[in-house]
Amino acid sequence: MNNTNIILVLVVLTNLKLLGSSRLGASIRVVAMQGVVLGLLPILAHTNELSVRFAVLAAGTIALKGIVFPWFLFRAVWEAEVTREVEPYVGYVTSLLAGVLILAVSFWMCERLPMPETLASSWLAPVAFFSIFAGLFLIVSRKRAVSQVLGFLVLENGVYAFGVGLAPHTSLLVEAGVLLDVFVAVFVMGITIFHINREFDHIETNRLNTLKD
Amino acid sequence: MILLLFIIPALAGLAAFALRSPAVRRGLLIGTALVHAALTAICWQTTPSPALGGWLALDAAGLLFLSITSGLFLVASFYAAGYLGQQANKHITDAEEGMLFDNAPEAVFIGCLLLFLATMTLVTVSQHFGLLWVAVEATTLASAPLIYFHRHHRSLEATWKYLLVCSVGIALALLACFFLGVAATPPNGEGFPLVLSDLVAKAQQLQTPWLKAACLLFFVGYGTKMGLAPLHTWLPDAHSEAPSVVSALLSGAVLNCAFLGLVRVQQVCVAAGLGAFGRDVWLLLGLVSLVVGAVFIIGQTDYKRLLAYSSVENMGIIALGVGLGSAGAFGAMLHAVNHSLAKAMLFLLSGNILARYQTKNIAQVRGLLSAAPVTGVLWVAGFLAITGTPPFGLFLSKFTILKAAIDGGRTWIVVMFLVAVGVIFIGMTTAFFGMAQGVPDKGASKLANRDRWWQIAPPAVLGLLVLWLGLAIPGPLNNVLRQIAATLGDAP
Amino acid sequence: MKPESFIPLLLALMLSPLLPGVINRTKALFAGRRGPPLLQIYFDLWKLLHKGAVYSRTTTWIFRAGPMLGLAAVLTAAMLVPLGNFPALIAFPADFLLFAGLLGLMRFFTVLAALDTGSSFEGMGASREVFFSALAEPALLVALATLARQAGSYSLSTLLGQVAGGHWLHLGPVLALVMIALMIVLLAENARIPVDDPNTHLELTMIHEVMVLDHGGPDFAFIVYGAALKLWLLAALVVGMVVPATGAPGLDLALVMGGMFAVAVVVGVVESVMARLRLAMVPQLLVGAGALAAAAFLLGLK
Repeated sequence: MNNTNIILVLVVLTNLKLLGSSRLGASIRVVAMQGVVLGLLPILAHTNELSVRFAVLAAGTIALKGIVFPWFLFRAVWEAEVTREVEPYVGYVTSLLAGVLILAVSFWMCERLPMPETLASSWLAPVAFFSIFAGLFLIVSRKRAVSQVLGFLVLENGVYAFGVGLAPHTSLLVEAGVLLDVFVAVFVMGITIFHINREFDHIETNRLNTLKD
Repeated sequence: MILLLFIIPALAGLAAFALRSPAVRRGLLIGTALVHAALTAICWQTTPSPALGGWLALDAAGLLFLSITSGLFLVASFYAAGYLGQQANKHITDAEEGMLFDNAPEAVFIGCLLLFLATMTLVTVSQHFGLLWVAVEATTLASAPLIYFHRHHRSLEATWKYLLVCSVGIALALLACFFLGVAATPPNGEGFPLVLSDLVAKAQQLQTPWLKAACLLFFVGYGTKMGLAPLHTWLPDAHSEAPSVVSALLSGAVLNCAFLGLVRVQQVCVAAGLGAFGRDVWLLLGLVSLVVGAVFIIGQTDYKRLLAYSSVENMGIIALGVGLGSAGAFGAMLHAVNHSLAKAMLFLLSGNILARYQTKNIAQVRGLLSAAPVTGVLWVAGFLAITGTPPFGLFLSKFTILKAAIDGGRTWIVVMFLVAVGVIFIGMTTAFFGMAQGVPDKGASKLANRDRWWQIAPPAVLGLLVLWLGLAIPGPLNNVLRQIAATLGDAP
Repeated sequence: MKPESFIPLLLALMLSPLLPGVINRTKALFAGRRGPPLLQIYFDLWKLLHKGAVYSRTTTWIFRAGPMLGLAAVLTAAMLVPLGNFPALIAFPADFLLFAGLLGLMRFFTVLAALDTGSSFEGMGASREVFFSALAEPALLVALATLARQAGSYSLSTLLGQVAGGHWLHLGPVLALVMIALMIVLLAENARIPVDDPNTHLELTMIHEVMVLDHGGPDFAFIVYGAALKLWLLAALVVGMVVPATGAPGLDLALVMGGMFAVAVVVGVVESVMARLRLAMVPQLLVGAGALAAAAFLLGLK
């Protein structure tokens, strides 16, 4: 119980840190940490039924989210020679305040849904929602392509936390498929970032504005 | 059998990455499409047995959409083979901005095209919601490189938007899957798997608040992919910048795959007694899409974007149909078939026009009928088909939906539907007839002497099919449509 | 009023100048110097009190009253803060609001006095001080509100003891967040690194120091003593959260005093290993502290 709570608090902290951080390198490390921490979640949330399935899931998650994605994104940042987010649409202080607001909304929402009794922690659902909304917020409020991918990962982490904690009956095949999809998604996005970088000499998505009505 | 449907294109796709000879690769593309279509045809004869413990199975809805996908892919593969032959030279001058760009390697294009087919097949045969999600997301990923075939900044922009908007949308659909999982776990009992038949059978045990939340999230997630306004933002960009053959597949097949996902959700909702709740969402999104489509079609200057917005509009009509209950759902399914055929035909033709006129601007395309008579005639025919003029199939399906609305006494919906369709008709008339008539530039008539067979035959075949569906709905198809519609309306 | 209620006030009055001494010693240790004696602040105060004050002709009575009123405010605040298991002299529900208000009053008088000099330089410091404390105050209040909610009590004297008593076992993460937020507020309110640098005299970087430049003699002694008291009180809040009651008064006292000096050492270590933040980054840090406190509050609801 307590271990799960520590993990969830770490998730909240990493999200807040991301909302208030301008350095891409630090942000990537934070997301990597969040991935590793979440990888431990299935093991700690279901201590009474420690099985091969959860072990495999944890190992896969940690390997992908903690090592492969950060490495890949670091390469993207390194090749693009950018280290900072440039003036985001929403400033960092405002983002932090928005983060707190989002957290409050997440708690409020979870009050309204009947929670299963088997929950590992009463914080699980609100924190998962918080991650999801924070990820969405990062995607719409940041300009760098890498930041947006990070937002996507945070969003995905939230969905993952929810799935691990609340829907333990999902089968390994589906979870493996989800992981694979996310992997390919980040891979394809990373490739696209390389191309954006080569084509435009920048990776600011606000300058991707040719196509509109 | 079901596994073969999926595995053959997947393996062929992987093989295409490795093959060196362009001719063999294109042969592989057409060959795989033929085999896939043949397998699909067999499925109409004998229902294949479920695989993977019921996770993969072919029900009526799956069969319908599998057939659309397979048929379109077959037609498109001929077009693609010809198109790739034409695009083989390395540096190409961009039509709009005059810069040079390269194409993606052909192996990547064909490989992704085949994987795209495999993933779409998986969508149609998935009975498990988790697997369905995996498949839908996979279609996004397999098609992203296709949109970035022309390696220049506009297509890159379109690809990025497509990837990000769809991935985010679909991530929410994953959350919806988990919601569904929670809904399927009774407070004191074992949960049951998220297989469609199980969910429908035990629908009464589902927890309503979670099911409602899941339903809404599914609408956001798959609705994004389906191009329902206001979640359609990626659609015009991706459709206008992708090669025409890819646009045809995106519009004709991918949107339908997402639609199928939502149909599955609605089936569960209906079984759980939440049919009315789901239908309201369908109606709302449908009307918004209709209006957005109409607004952006008026005064549109780019004919590929025009077609893309027309897709938004037609997805709106389909959503409206499902929202009107069983009778409307019949029309909606028919409309999905018709729209796929007609829109794919128009996108393929737009490729011909683009190749000839080197512009996507409506105002700069003049005299299509005299410069390229066959393409021109087909273009006008396609216009008549897509706007729902008799005797084409879309007339029939739109009329069915309208009739369902009138029978249901939904006056406002009828009025909005008619106004939107009328506005769209006017907007498209201006664009299409302006392009078809007039005197062509010298360059346009001289440039390519005549349209090749691969540019003409595929759209012509599609056009004939739409015409056929307008004159008579074949018996087996009618049966399938009825079966689907029955699962979408509340039992009387 | 129990006799042990006087202990926190007396200890604060007597020992608060020790804390800056400990901080300076820690920093000296890190820098490899011997550093000033632990009692240096006492010597400074003694020296200042025996000097006369010089007042600029542009200043008014506000300038003279500022340090005194500031000290009065913080002395009143000292009566509200318990020390470990020893309750405060005055305790009533929601006294933590008064505590925050008194700290604000102290700041208000300091700022007024700074503005009264008419120097643009001091005005700049005053503006920064007000800006940053406006951001730090919500963090402090939300952090205390979180503790109050968890303890189910609204008086500093009881809520701190209850939190320290048993809430750590099942609410560890929440309390840790509150503690981090309080530590950041402590650093900011007391003009320490990473918000302000107490050693710097560079015009563009100072916040607190720049406001009190024109004060001298006994006035400055009041200010220095007031600052030491403020540090002591905020440290007492942090320590009160963790040090449980053992039952034996002697042991309690030893634990609390150990905690106070531990906080001072931590501040010294932070000052030694961290650089001062760019001025533009400070609001981010303070809002971050507020966000932590708010997150703790929300998490604590469940």
